[in-house]
Amino acid sequence: MSAHNDSAPNSPEPVDLNNPKLSRFEVYKEGLRRDDIEIIHYEPRFAKPGTKAEKRMERIVGGMFLFSGLFATAFVAAYIFWPWEYEGAASWRDLQTWYTPVLGTTLGLSLLLFAVGVLTWAKKLLPIEELVQDRHDGGSPSDDRKIAEATVDNMVEDMGLKRRPFLVKAALLGAAPLGLAAIAPLGALIKDPGDMLTVTGWNAEKHNDGEPVRFMMKDGALVRPDMVSVGGQITVYPAIDHGATNQFPTSPVLLIHLREADAAVLRGNLYPMYQDAEALWGNFVAYSKICTHVGCPTSLYEQQSQRLLCPCHQSQFNVVDNAAPVFGPATRHLPLLPFTVDDEGFFIAKSDFLVPPGPAFWNRPSLPEEDEK
Amino acid sequence: MKRRKGTSDSLLTKAGGELDDRFKLAIPGRILFNKVFPDHWSFLLGEIALFSFILLLLSGTFLALFFEPSMVEVTYNGAYVPLRGIEMSQAYASALDLSFEVRGGLFMRQMHHWSTLLFMASILIHMLRIFFTGAFRAPRETNWMIGIVLFWVGFFEGFFGYSLPDDGLSGTGLRIMEGMTESVPFIGPWASAALFGGQFPGTSVISLLYIVHVFVFPLILLALITVHVGLVFAQKHTQWPGPGRTEHNVVGFRMFPNYVMKQVGFMLFIWGVLGAMAGLFQINPIWLFGPYEVSVVSSASQPDFYVMYLDGLIRLFPAWELRIPPYFTLPPVFWPGIVGMGLSVMLPLLYPALERRFTKDRGHHNLLQRPRDNAGRTSLGVMVVVFWIIGVISGGNDVFAEKFDISLNAMTWAGRIGLVVMPIIAYYVTYRICLGLQQHDREVLAHGLETGILMRDPNGRFYEVHQPLAEPDEHGHTELEYNGWVVPKKMNRVGALEPADKGFFKSIEEPSEDGRAERRDEIESGKH
Repeated sequence: MSAHNDSAPNSPEPVDLNNPKLSRFEVYKEGLRRDDIEIIHYEPRFAKPGTKAEKRMERIVGGMFLFSGLFATAFVAAYIFWPWEYEGAASWRDLQTWYTPVLGTTLGLSLLLFAVGVLTWAKKLLPIEELVQDRHDGGSPSDDRKIAEATVDNMVEDMGLKRRPFLVKAALLGAAPLGLAAIAPLGALIKDPGDMLTVTGWNAEKHNDGEPVRFMMKDGALVRPDMVSVGGQITVYPAIDHGATNQFPTSPVLLIHLREADAAVLRGNLYPMYQDAEALWGNFVAYSKICTHVGCPTSLYEQQSQRLLCPCHQSQFNVVDNAAPVFGPATRHLPLLPFTVDDEGFFIAKSDFLVPPGPAFWNRPSLPEEDEK
Repeated sequence: MKRRKGTSDSLLTKAGGELDDRFKLAIPGRILFNKVFPDHWSFLLGEIALFSFILLLLSGTFLALFFEPSMVEVTYNGAYVPLRGIEMSQAYASALDLSFEVRGGLFMRQMHHWSTLLFMASILIHMLRIFFTGAFRAPRETNWMIGIVLFWVGFFEGFFGYSLPDDGLSGTGLRIMEGMTESVPFIGPWASAALFGGQFPGTSVISLLYIVHVFVFPLILLALITVHVGLVFAQKHTQWPGPGRTEHNVVGFRMFPNYVMKQVGFMLFIWGVLGAMAGLFQINPIWLFGPYEVSVVSSASQPDFYVMYLDGLIRLFPAWELRIPPYFTLPPVFWPGIVGMGLSVMLPLLYPALERRFTKDRGHHNLLQRPRDNAGRTSLGVMVVVFWIIGVISGGNDVFAEKFDISLNAMTWAGRIGLVVMPIIAYYVTYRICLGLQQHDREVLAHGLETGILMRDPNGRFYEVHQPLAEPDEHGHTELEYNGWVVPKKMNRVGALEPADKGFFKSIEEPSEDGRAERRDEIESGKH
């Protein structure tokens, strides 16, 4: 194929469409000419129409369409008639376990067969062609631009945008509040965060009529010291209405029963604010379970290394050192919940957390002790 | 038989006439039918995203018929026994019902999810193709920017969709988003309270995300995709350089029937693959995760892959918190989460303008560049890809640590160091490879192909015979100019040797029945 250059002289002459001798293809080519298209190469896929090879290709494509229809029918039939209802644990011999795979296989095969059929038609039966079209890249012809410019200028002149600056300013001044008015209703979403980030379900005044809040398990059972063996840990919640639900997302606490030696180390490391509050009870310690990084629960407790790990971003906290962060992106310790045991032998919180649990925010109040580590 | 054909012809003519009388279609119709498209496999990557999007609209509509975007607490009493009697949100319960008690619901859910993954993946691959070939250059910067916006709208659309079922994983994702939101100085807590209607997780976020997920964002996507494709159509597609191809023409085949048939076939193909995947490969088995509870999470909580690099960056960022006592804290998650995401939006958005500024190249470009021919840009792209991949791997570093028995902290440190060092190495290595490839192209054009024939001259020196690519001119020179497209590197590429035998079970090089031999990949064919 010769190098094509896109200058006009190469394009063919216009033809007279009224000439009755024109073949359909010549009329068609006149259309191409008007669209600045030139045929570089155009030949039927099969030099002789109706050869065995062409017939064979037609049969293949036709077969694909028919099989596609067959699988589509199978899909619809399976969708309607195949047993589909979930019946609990089942073995692969139960038909209903195959419902979704059967749908996928039949629909997939149907679509794929039709796809390959169409593609084969395009690639094996359509004429071999290569055409070149003028791109007409860049802007419009200069006189068109000139006309457009004059049109716009005329419109500006008609409106007097230049002569009437006051009107323009007044319109802008009027429109700006209108824009504001359009988005203002979104303000309905705004809520005062209030103390939502600082007060938790352990706050006796707010959530328990001033009575100290007891510890409870997920199922509502109150927690006594004998329920956690040495070295063990459980997640506890404030024993208030819905205390164990997502309504109190910063309240979950990890109650750990330390071994004597570990508890001694922790007592030695305890921050002054926790010493003052007598935050531990015996060898028990209660840490906020909500990671101070972005708030996932730090639910993996490794007893050997005395670390708590948050599975979301792998922040690690040292259990025998105020749960101070030792690795990962977290910057602050998991707040301790000061607690003790009441007359009936149940764990109660002495107060809310001394510093807000959970992820940090810009105006988070912090105590100087926090900076010790 | 003949008469029948005649009637159908005249019927068509009549219908066409009626249409043209009303809509004046003769000219625009002809222009559309005749429009020439350039052909290359890499031009079809964006189409995969388009076809997945159509399937997303269809499957999503089905899901919306059964899903209840409500966070009202209900006690599950459905078909899935292990969760019976458990308190959960209406949203999670209806997502479970979709999986177990709606005919074909699981199939549709999985199709929706797989389509999303393919949608996002093909956008990324398509974007890389555009970037590395310089297709974003003038006059197509606008469309590049629309594409970047499409990716990010798709990113949040996907993330919101992932959040809707309100299972354990969705809630964990939302929790992390909430932590990121809170970290923004001054407005953080207020933004979080607005999003969740008070304290996280609240009772309203699912309905908020739902309307965004099924109405606002799909509308934006649909509008942007329409403009995106419309601009490709109006500005005409770029093409690879080759014989007869210039900045001012388009060489290829016609829109009808060739292009449209291939597109329809391709669309059905993508749908077929997604349909089969939806039935055969499990994705997001929400019933295993349980309802979201703030105090429950398990390891290997990974987001979908397109969010993973961001999660990886959050994992890798060191524990650097800026504190100005008593009342100002800038948490570490702010940098990778908010600033990192902001840069990931802005830098690609501005890239065409930046490249224009630094190269001072203000011309229009309709011919693509081979990546090797713009070593700087290619290396920059590879650098970003390597950065992204390290982010993605780090997003799953707990899984890698567990499966390969590596220390988790070692994985984190490898990620931290790798994130800084690897992109630089990648830049250098890519740059050298590009230069090497450029040089080899020119070598072949100057001296010819390596023939593999070794000769020994009378002095005993060995040398290889080279096959020049051009006839010697009057001075006996055979050098050719490099013109930006593939240089043949093997003898069979220029027809000097028989092509290597192709075919798997039997040779496909045999002459076909109509007498024409299979066309060879010759230098003149302009294939790549």
